[in-house]
Amino acid sequence: MKTSVTTRDAGDVKIIELHGKITIGAGDLQMREAIHAAVNGGAMKILVDMKDVTTIDSSGVGELVGCYTTATHKGAKLKLQSLPPKISDVLTVTQLITVFDVYPNEKDALASFS
Amino acid sequence: MSNPPPGPIVLWLSSRFENLELAQAVLEHVCKARGVGTDAEHWMGVALREALANAIKHGNRQDPAKRVYLSLAGGAEAIEITVGDEGQGFEAAAVADPLAPENQMKTSGRGIFYMKTFMDEVTFSRGENGGTILSMKKKLDSETKKGVQTP
Repeated sequence: MKTSVTTRDAGDVKIIELHGKITIGAGDLQMREAIHAAVNGGAMKILVDMKDVTTIDSSGVGELVGCYTTATHKGAKLKLQSLPPKISDVLTVTQLITVFDVYPNEKDALASFS
Repeated sequence: MSNPPPGPIVLWLSSRFENLELAQAVLEHVCKARGVGTDAEHWMGVALREALANAIKHGNRQDPAKRVYLSLAGGAEAIEITVGDEGQGFEAAAVADPLAPENQMKTSGRGIFYMKTFMDEVTFSRGENGGTILSMKKKLDSETKKGVQTP
């Protein structure tokens, strides 16, 4: 699967869909640019859809942590949805799964913002 | 009489992140040849990418003139991965614990932890010319071969 990032709106929630590898030199930068664009554009509710992420490495995890911090400092909420098991494992072993608000699907994630 | 294990596959890669894809493709070939399950192959791939990314970024400082050595070897019992760089070397013991509360929200420092989590053995040594040599081993047992494995 080719790495790409797409953005769409669901009401006042900005949904950022990640596809493919979120790894050093590729998807990590695309993800950061998309989330920063949303934050700098005034989005206060950001939902990162990870269902199509095939691999994430320490660089991708680091960027995700940095984006979470950036959003939080701007008063925005950044949440994650639909983590594949291997992506959840990567966040679990570093205990970051407890830092992020993680939801099993888009319906639950959108409801959590309201 | 069983066949002897295939010899190591050795690559010399320029210090570009694009080469991670080539290295992972070679690892997939090696894993398939040894009947390694897809889960174990995935976690070895993550560890391999971390090792190469460290060699390119921290070892060779992304200087494309400097090369990264990669060896993939092993037989029926284990996959052995060796990665060497042409940098100045570093002290693995000096890397901060990413699970410590003060490090939890840092944006870097998790690569070695992931390698140690997903592989069975990880050792660092100093190369003859001063760079870092990283050796990793993944044991191949019935679980890794049938593909049911969690980190």
